[in-house]
Amino acid sequence: MSEGTMSTCLVDEHRTLGARMVPFAGWNMPVQYKGIIEETQAVRNHAGAFDISHMGRLIVSGRGAAAFLDALTTNHVAALEVGHGHYSMLTNEAGGIIDDIIVYRIGQDEFLVVVNASNAEKDLTWLRQHAGAEVEIADQSGATGMVAVQGPDALEAAGSVLGRALGGLPRFGVAFYEWRQAHVTVCRTGYTGEDGVEVIVPVAVAPLFWRALLAAGVVPCGLGARDALRVEAGYPLYGHEIDDEHGPVGAMLMWAVCMDKGDFVGRGAIAAARQEAPKERLVGLVASGRVVPRQGYTLWSADECVGTVTSGAFTPTRGCGIAMGYVRPPHHVKGGCVQMDVRGQRHELRVIPKKELLLPKGAPAA
Amino acid sequence: MATPEGLLYSKTHEWVRVVDDVAEIGITDHAQAELGDVVYLDLPEVGRALAYDEIFGAVESVKAVSDLYSPLSGEVIEVNAEATSATDLVNSDPYGQGWMVRLKMTQPDELQQLLDAEQYGAFAAESAH
Repeated sequence: MSEGTMSTCLVDEHRTLGARMVPFAGWNMPVQYKGIIEETQAVRNHAGAFDISHMGRLIVSGRGAAAFLDALTTNHVAALEVGHGHYSMLTNEAGGIIDDIIVYRIGQDEFLVVVNASNAEKDLTWLRQHAGAEVEIADQSGATGMVAVQGPDALEAAGSVLGRALGGLPRFGVAFYEWRQAHVTVCRTGYTGEDGVEVIVPVAVAPLFWRALLAAGVVPCGLGARDALRVEAGYPLYGHEIDDEHGPVGAMLMWAVCMDKGDFVGRGAIAAARQEAPKERLVGLVASGRVVPRQGYTLWSADECVGTVTSGAFTPTRGCGIAMGYVRPPHHVKGGCVQMDVRGQRHELRVIPKKELLLPKGAPAA
Repeated sequence: MATPEGLLYSKTHEWVRVVDDVAEIGITDHAQAELGDVVYLDLPEVGRALAYDEIFGAVESVKAVSDLYSPLSGEVIEVNAEATSATDLVNSDPYGQGWMVRLKMTQPDELQQLLDAEQYGAFAAESAH
């Protein structure tokens, strides 16, 4: 273990469960407990719990908070009702993505911003650099833990632990409850393509909450399953599909950009990128066999390199490798084929929209 | 972690079972446990000549890809087609049905460089942490 690696408030729980621990974004995190495929399927068919305490949790408040966030993020913060959240991005002047984030309005002048672990310090510095006198930014990450409960049975399981029916919480909604004399934040969000919640709990009760979920039949799941699930769902990950050099146009994330709300950092560059012929497009890719695509593998059409794999996974539902990757037009068109170079051998991949990587439940495996 | 007696082992976590001049090769229980669920095997063609320590293929798990190193010199005379299609055999039975290739040895002296069960067990326990 390298020096300075941090552990979450649930590290003893992971050790007790015999998890395999790996360093990730400066944190010592469980990659798997029983096995990645088993955990992936638990989330698709039942319910899984993930320790996501390594993610950053910031509270942005003050009279100028909404205007401040609207000037730095892509989605429309002023339009958020209290109790609702949205997916958004911090973009730089060149239109590149500093991070993808979720912004929840938890009060008229108070916002919860959840950011990637790998970018938490960078984001906090960026926000503080731009914050005026009417904005306060508090980092609540160290005082709390965060657990994602995901899967078709997740709402019922998390609701039974919290003693609340959670079905009334809208998608991307946020609510506060008391649990064991502690203040708990429940968000109906996730990163798996399944229904579920992400729950922020004070450090003192986080292990109790985790154990209660497991006692309710929720399966502990590690980062390995989390990554496979998000690739199946076609969700981007900073450092793979998006980074400071890639913008929302190529990454197919314009649905989370509000161009009509007024100016924000990066707006001009994004508007210009929209007018240009696309250099590359993020697509979904399905392998013809069990070979697993990995980040950095090159994509070819005859002798021309036409793209790169950004993330790959083995998907148990299709029984084959799947990926996301940047592909240059015209090879990005649905139904087309590209060849992936793996150790000097070519493997055929079919191009599909990334939203279609995950087969609908009950669909025949093609 | 199982490390059966009677087999020989490499420091790159392959095992070798010798019958006359043929060496059967697979990956160890320690290696399959480190890799996790194996989903793809990239194995050589029958007839290929392998040199000692040459990369002869790859084993892919859900989370990682790992090269296979030939612990001996020889010619590939058989490839385990069953394990190629049912890759979970590498996890469930690494020393049996999960074998990968059979080599006709050309330099049997190389066997002396390999570890026995006790030596490999100690080596694997050390490399795990």
